[in-house]
Amino acid sequence: MPMVEVAGKSFEVDEEGYLTNLNDWNQDIAEYLAKEEKVEMTESHWDVVNFLREYYDEYQIAPAVRVLTKAVAKKLGPEKGNNKYLYELFPYGPAKQACKIAGLPKPTGCI
Amino acid sequence: MAVAEFVIPELTEYTVVPKINPGAMEKVKSFVAPQGPQEYLGYPWELGADWKERAIDKMGDLLGKYRSLRVFMDACVHCGACTDKCHYFLGTADPNNMPVARQDLMRKVYRRYFTLPGKIAPWLVGAEDLTEDVLNQWYTYYHQCSECRRCSVYCPYGIDTAEVTMAGREILNYVGVGQKYSNEILVKVQKIGNNLGLPGPALEDTLLGLEEDIEADTGVPVKMPLDVVGAEIMLVTPSADFFSEPHVESLIGYAKVFHAAGVSWTLSSKASEAGNFGLFNGSYETMQKVAMRIRDAALELGCKRIIVGECGHAWRVAYSFWNTLTGIGYGGEDPFSKKLQQQLDNRYPQPMHICEYTWDLIESGVLKFDKSLNDNRVITFHDSCNVARGSRMGTEPGGQFTIPRNIIRAVANNFQDMPDDTIGEGTFCCGGGGGLLTDDLIEVRVKGALPRMNAYNSVVKGNQVNFLALICAICKAQFTKVFPYYGFDRGQVGGVHQLVSTAIKLD
Repeated sequence: MPMVEVAGKSFEVDEEGYLTNLNDWNQDIAEYLAKEEKVEMTESHWDVVNFLREYYDEYQIAPAVRVLTKAVAKKLGPEKGNNKYLYELFPYGPAKQACKIAGLPKPTGCI
Repeated sequence: MAVAEFVIPELTEYTVVPKINPGAMEKVKSFVAPQGPQEYLGYPWELGADWKERAIDKMGDLLGKYRSLRVFMDACVHCGACTDKCHYFLGTADPNNMPVARQDLMRKVYRRYFTLPGKIAPWLVGAEDLTEDVLNQWYTYYHQCSECRRCSVYCPYGIDTAEVTMAGREILNYVGVGQKYSNEILVKVQKIGNNLGLPGPALEDTLLGLEEDIEADTGVPVKMPLDVVGAEIMLVTPSADFFSEPHVESLIGYAKVFHAAGVSWTLSSKASEAGNFGLFNGSYETMQKVAMRIRDAALELGCKRIIVGECGHAWRVAYSFWNTLTGIGYGGEDPFSKKLQQQLDNRYPQPMHICEYTWDLIESGVLKFDKSLNDNRVITFHDSCNVARGSRMGTEPGGQFTIPRNIIRAVANNFQDMPDDTIGEGTFCCGGGGGLLTDDLIEVRVKGALPRMNAYNSVVKGNQVNFLALICAICKAQFTKVFPYYGFDRGQVGGVHQLVSTAIKLD
């Protein structure tokens, strides 16, 4: 598996650049992964990423898009609680790109 | 990942057969499965010293088991009728994506090891040794076929390229080069219950959230029951319906239909996936194991009817193969088969497609709609390949084409079909079926979508169409991803039951 070096620490990632070990995640690697994805992290991005990690911690899976949009609406206001806004934050698709930055495994299936 | 590193084909008035570009797609290769999933599925994870013998043994095994495969290897006369029928050839111009050429990658090896002329004088009959280069070509091009079977419609011998692709993938798995995407999914569905890996508690939480949403939206407490023993209907649907947009809109549609019909129904956390990727990687045994979960869940919950949600290949497996996989063909004499036969209500087809169910209720006047609520949409319908060419709905031939369209016309005022040669039995694949719906194949997916995108564009331009209605989770995910590459808004992609959901009247 490939390794990446960020802020003096090395991280194992898979061939698609997803972090192999969930517990390795920290802010530095998140910034690095975001940069790789050409996503500039703002406070809203961090809110989404942190929510993903909390949800994953409880359910061992990333939240469904509806669950995520509701959480975003609660935190950032109802006008932002929709799929379109999430795509603005994470243009390649909130499920995959946001999970990658949050250090979660890639969601699979017909999505 | 974020930016396309390939040239996106230009839309044209109709799809033009391209000038061939040899090797155009030979570098595009899906990720190979690592040890974990290969081991779980009973395959090696790297080529052993004896890989060639293993491959030829397996090929012999498949040729003995499936007469069809041997006929397909022998029958082709290279007439060329299939050459311009594959969306991947039309979109990529790589001649190895002509169905006949893709089959010939295996046919040349078949001739070398399984026919007398090929054994004696290979150079005379186009027979070739199986080498690592040939194996690599198999891996590349058997993962640029979505097993959609459009080519077989036009083949005068009815040669089914999908079966050749399936055999190719099974041999590849057997020698240790499986596809990461499909095989990881096949592990998750068996370990956790669905392709996503959505555990029971997360599913429960998601469904509760959706119930809240529907009630907030309509004022009606529509339920999404889970694991209810004794419910009349068990709904088996692709797990993407729980997770993704626009899939979830159709799930809400099914729930509203069941609510309006006043029927007791349930989802199952054990069978929380309709999809069966065993079909894609060609292993009968794996397909059977994945199908068995649904039989087990039906027995545990004691349901009288099994209904399948909007999922193309799931419906092909359910309609065409469940009986052989889990019923009569499994022996049918085992106590569980007998129990299931007694348990299911024989007044209804088993299994039933959600579109058949909804259309029956519409015909009998049970469901009421306010069609004007869909007036902002001008709708067209994409026939999913596995439904169109691998199954049927209702009691009349062609029901799989008429029933979804009848539903759309019953719930909306504006419907327009795409050009005739791109729908019905001749429908083009979405470009992401058959285990290709993965980011590492995005170039194949975008280019393979070209014929459908041209057809869609023609009704967008000519008829102001702004909604592509679908009955397949793969189609929904694929078009949501590729629409923007062609300049369309991904919000124009949705499900047939999303339209039902918009217009249905609830009390």
